[in-house]
Amino acid sequence: MALKGLDIFKLSPKKNCKECGSPTCMAFSMKVAQGAVDISACPYFSEEAKAQLSEATAPPMKTVKVGTGSEEFSLGGETVLERHEKTFVSKTRYAAFVCNCMDAATIDAKLSQIPAVEYERISEKMYVEMIYVNYAADGQSDYVELVKKAAALGRTMVLGCTDVEVAKAALAVCKDSKPVLNGATPDNYEAMNQVAKEAGVVLGVSGANMNEIYDTVKALEAAGNKDLVIDTTGATIKETFANTVQLRRAAIKDGDRSCGYPSIVNLRKLAKGDMHLQSALAAVFTIKYGSIVVMEEVTYAEALPLFGLRQNIFTDPQKPMRVEPGIYPINGGDENSICLTTVDFALTYFLVSGELERSGVPCNLIISDAGGLSVLTAWAAGKLSSGTIEKFWKEQDIESKIKSRKLVIPGKVAVLKGEIEAKLPGWEIIIAPTEASQLVKFLKDM
Amino acid sequence: MPFTAKSGKFNASIKAVTIGTGDKAITIGGENVLPFYTFDAPIENAPKVGVEITDFGMENEPECIKKYYEGCTTLAEIAKKAASFEGVDFLCFRMEGGDPNGANKSTEELIAALKEVADAVDLPLVVSGSKNVEKDAELLTKAAEALQGKNAVILPAREENYKTVGAAAGLAYGQIVGAESSVDINLAKQLNVLLTQLGVNASNIAMNVGTATAGYGYEYVASTMQRVKAAALSQNDTQLQMPIITPVASETWGVKESITSEADIPEWGDQERRGVDMEVQTAAADLACGSNAVILKHPTSIATISKMIKELI
Repeated sequence: MALKGLDIFKLSPKKNCKECGSPTCMAFSMKVAQGAVDISACPYFSEEAKAQLSEATAPPMKTVKVGTGSEEFSLGGETVLERHEKTFVSKTRYAAFVCNCMDAATIDAKLSQIPAVEYERISEKMYVEMIYVNYAADGQSDYVELVKKAAALGRTMVLGCTDVEVAKAALAVCKDSKPVLNGATPDNYEAMNQVAKEAGVVLGVSGANMNEIYDTVKALEAAGNKDLVIDTTGATIKETFANTVQLRRAAIKDGDRSCGYPSIVNLRKLAKGDMHLQSALAAVFTIKYGSIVVMEEVTYAEALPLFGLRQNIFTDPQKPMRVEPGIYPINGGDENSICLTTVDFALTYFLVSGELERSGVPCNLIISDAGGLSVLTAWAAGKLSSGTIEKFWKEQDIESKIKSRKLVIPGKVAVLKGEIEAKLPGWEIIIAPTEASQLVKFLKDM
Repeated sequence: MPFTAKSGKFNASIKAVTIGTGDKAITIGGENVLPFYTFDAPIENAPKVGVEITDFGMENEPECIKKYYEGCTTLAEIAKKAASFEGVDFLCFRMEGGDPNGANKSTEELIAALKEVADAVDLPLVVSGSKNVEKDAELLTKAAEALQGKNAVILPAREENYKTVGAAAGLAYGQIVGAESSVDINLAKQLNVLLTQLGVNASNIAMNVGTATAGYGYEYVASTMQRVKAAALSQNDTQLQMPIITPVASETWGVKESITSEADIPEWGDQERRGVDMEVQTAAADLACGSNAVILKHPTSIATISKMIKELI
């Protein structure tokens, strides 16, 4: 049941002490009602009032934290089913798969592949954030040793292990890194719950079908554990998709909190060695509600599209994606190459840089700070003008970094030519076409 | 207590549009649920996969595509080969050589090429233009005429040339009009309204609401498609119930992740695998967001996406 701000305000201490970060208790209550802050941010609510409210104001989907330090990730906590309704808050995390059923050489190869993928894309470090360490009872190598080896990579781990004793032994060596223990089943959940609780880690729940999973989650909640994730992987791709979507929908649309936990989707079980199919499914589950997506391997082939897709899907629709202002050499451009300038709106940057790359002409793309707006919007808002360009040139000390004195400006702001010439003496200002798609011909003809 | 999921079936549905004629004809759309939500209601017409070839034949294709067409010299042979790939439901012929800023091939030359392709295969056809609105107005009008009786999709009728392209394709020659807008639900709707006002039957329209490669502003594509489907299904907006066809290959095979050679960036690994994964992931995302058909290029991508669709439907 959703509570109104006023209902919360009635129970608030009405001290207006500002310790919660809000100016008044009224403002705080309103924020709690919207789900923007948690009731626990106020130190003065009586325990009784808190208990009464926290149940009613809890978000439809729980936020679960895993990992530690820089490798701590929030999972879940979503409030909408599609990104345009508000925003998605917790990115899908991809986990590379290893298993004690593999031989030592395969394990080493798999583990060494994980740190091989690392790069930066629009100010975000892209790498494989998680490792799924699977336990097979008939495995040929020691599980605890494997866990130790995997832990050495410093990634957040998911222990896929339904054997209570083995799980206990594994957690003994890695519980401080806050892994996920994906091990509760309808048969072992009581014992597994104890193990997870003692180690203080998040518990993953799986079952043969949705009813089993749902009952197990209910039983664990009754036992007082709400630090859960749900392994929605079924026997087939179709079943897995149905489980994952239906759980998320039941949580967010129908308010069933027992469905409101992050998901684990194990693509290794579904793609069965078909790496391209795995790639396709990873994209599908990035859009449709996978919190942790387990993959047989994550090489650059999978990572380049997937991390880009995730960056797009999890961007806040109200804030445009921006690239860092600066000089971007393209096609081996150096200090003598022609310069082009445009805004820092990510879409503009990608369109323009893509066309420049296609042209094969060495050049420097100079991105100035335009508040993440597109060319015309930035111009209209005064964030792209001869003044901003002059300022940017000074800030970045462009004249000492680049010897070329040819600058191409966006065709849509051709009116700025004269002013820029006045502000940047010595530069030849050239007007580009109005559409990025015409850049290739434009540059080749120059 | 068992888990009881509420059905997300809608009272409205996407219009079913049949492309092509005879045994090989395909139908896209018709569903009253979100993409792949078969647990809400059965999806009768699975999304379809097309293969794209252009008037340049193999001239501009990367090596990893060329090798699948070895021995093909004429456009007819290339078309036949493309049609033989596993998982292909329809063929898209893109006349990119018509662009006045590019090769600027004449309309006559391109229409002759189109006829050669159309005569070589019996698959449903999608014809795509040169990306230049003025040239397309002429080119696509002739294309609609040349393909009379084939029930083909004439892809980019845009705001600037919908009158000519729409009238030729939708009214004069009985083809399906492909309404192209760029990642904005309002523009997509407006174009459908304009086309129907022109007299084009609403069930003879398919949409391309915009396309992008994963990572390249894809959020706009995802949200446009999702909003179009939401409006069509939950609000019964009849002007947005046309099925969506999304060209994928023409976008993804242009980005650096797909075309940079392994020699240039060794750590990225095999270029073909990268290109296919970019194409496959973009197509999979399109389908998950609402595309009823995707247009691809690499045979492995086509087979993979076709397999994924079969698994999910």
